[in-house]
Amino acid sequence: MNEPGAIPAAAPLLSVRGLCKHFPVLSRGFRRPSSEWVKAVDNVNFDIAQGETLGLVGESGCGKTTTARCALRAIDPTAGEVFFRLPDGRVVDLARLSAGELKPVRRHVQMIFQDPVSSLNPRMTVRDIVGEPLVIHGLARGDELETRVAEVLARVGLKPEHRTRYPHAFSGGQRQRIGIARAIIMRPSLIVCDEATSALDVSVQAQVLDLLKELQREFRLTYLFVAHNLDVVRNFCDRVAVMRKGRIVELAPTPQIFAAPQHAYTRILLSAVPSPDPDVKMNFNVGEELAKLDAAE
Amino acid sequence: MATPASTNDGSAGTLSPWALIGRRFAHHRLAVASLYLLAVLYALALGAEFFAPYPRQWRDLTRAYCPPQLPQFSLRHGLHVPAMRAFVDPLTFKKSYIEDEGAPVKLGFFVKGAPYVFWGLLTWDRHFFGVKNTAAQRPDGRPVTFYFLGADKYGEDIFSRLIYGSRISLSVGLVSIAVTFLLGVTIGGISGYVGGATDTFIQRGIEVINAFPQIPLWLAFGAVLPADWSPLSTYFAITLVLSLLGWTGLARVVRGKILSLREEDYATAARLLGASHTRILFRHLLPGFASHIIVVLTMSVPAMILGETSLSFLQLGLRPPIVSWGVMLQDCLSIQTVENYPWLLMPVVMIVLTVLCFNFLGDGLRDAADPYSTR
Repeated sequence: MNEPGAIPAAAPLLSVRGLCKHFPVLSRGFRRPSSEWVKAVDNVNFDIAQGETLGLVGESGCGKTTTARCALRAIDPTAGEVFFRLPDGRVVDLARLSAGELKPVRRHVQMIFQDPVSSLNPRMTVRDIVGEPLVIHGLARGDELETRVAEVLARVGLKPEHRTRYPHAFSGGQRQRIGIARAIIMRPSLIVCDEATSALDVSVQAQVLDLLKELQREFRLTYLFVAHNLDVVRNFCDRVAVMRKGRIVELAPTPQIFAAPQHAYTRILLSAVPSPDPDVKMNFNVGEELAKLDAAE
Repeated sequence: MATPASTNDGSAGTLSPWALIGRRFAHHRLAVASLYLLAVLYALALGAEFFAPYPRQWRDLTRAYCPPQLPQFSLRHGLHVPAMRAFVDPLTFKKSYIEDEGAPVKLGFFVKGAPYVFWGLLTWDRHFFGVKNTAAQRPDGRPVTFYFLGADKYGEDIFSRLIYGSRISLSVGLVSIAVTFLLGVTIGGISGYVGGATDTFIQRGIEVINAFPQIPLWLAFGAVLPADWSPLSTYFAITLVLSLLGWTGLARVVRGKILSLREEDYATAARLLGASHTRILFRHLLPGFASHIIVVLTMSVPAMILGETSLSFLQLGLRPPIVSWGVMLQDCLSIQTVENYPWLLMPVVMIVLTVLCFNFLGDGLRDAADPYSTR
């Protein structure tokens, strides 16, 4: 990688510029006029190159998930641009597209959810869940649909005969694999993983991360990886963006973030991670230090 | 919950949610019994011409207020009822009947009777149950009669009229339910899915509709219905009136469910896949509570049946010559009539039976509705 936080050399796959998402704070009373705004995402900028994995870390409520969802237009951003490069070379602004223009672009941008229980419709069979993207975009039907679903299930480590079952018959790790199968069946170029492994236990987490890495190599996938687990980020991401209160405070290649954090907040965040080495003292004063940081601003 | 079938490796998870609902429903004995009883009632209504011993317009004025005649069995006469002789009390002029031991009226199954056209398709003259020898005559020269559940003031057979009346009374619920379903799911769905100002507007509208006093509103509607409308038009106007007031409950259920389900990740996932609003609503959100809709609809059928009955009883809804249970109850407006001829209250028994059946069925469906809950 080049300069910390700089735009990657090649034209980026995704380029987020000045992204903002403000929520109104409704006051009391009948008309409930909103006089204040919560700046969940405030002027966020970052780029992701093709085939790269960008980690987005920060404490709970710092706006990581809102940023990811705005970038995907799952929610409409208040301001800013989200430039996405389509496989044919055209660049579109996801933040500005109309609903009709957005649909063909959805093929290339997918999401893996945090909660493997609620992200799968309990009333649909695995075949219907995984095959739905192909049906929506009219890419396959009948026998071809069936074969492609079976293929993708095999690719994520499930059995083809699982197709007729309902999500409640699977374990958490298997459900997350179903979610991954749904995300990759259309061969997208960008996948946003919204805390994709944080609901899983540690051993399953490792398996799912390995699977994501294999898929990245195989299909040249690009990941925007939202996480709060710094160990996962350290092993998985090429670059890391640290968010705090809706802003990115530091964006640098992973080794650099962990070896030489520049921002005070990043240092506090890193010091809060328990180390397996008994000689490394754990920081128990995180709250205090954060308060100091707040006061300094 | 580990049922034997779901622990079996081969069939694990292959039962669809509907199959699970069916299994749980089967455990609710009362609901299953109600379902069968309702099936019988609806079958009777469908084949009214065949099951009713007498045609709809049949009457024998000389036999007004004939009491119910319970069939008896003897080796000599087979299935029969004793013949009845009319007797007018010389003091009170009350008409009563005494059994005439002389010539019993023989009864039978699949007897030849008045010909009828079945659903406009085939002409037949067989009736499921009735007088065996229709050529037999009473001393006064009229054909013998058999009133299973008694006769009304015109000498019409109450049992036959109950069966014909069930056609109207049982279907009025279903037709209104269809309209209620359309209105409730559409308006409630829009309210929950679109949200915001639309939602507020629809919800306040529902509250206004619910705040209307029902009986005066019915009176107004009844007054508006032109007296010269055909029976069919009146019938549809009544169903429409009933469902125009009844859809609000369903709309609220649908709105609440959609409000909670649209925030589920799988709804977001479908949106991110590029699914249209219609697809998200009908493929992802509605199946999640289709069972609840069925329960609400089942539970509101009795209200519709009772509504029709009340309207007709108050002479605001259907009028003779249409036969419905409510129309039949118009004869019971005076307490003397009811005291002297209690069998005129038979429609009440049928209404109570039907309403109870629907309530039990709704109970069973509600218990079975969520296949993933444990019990």
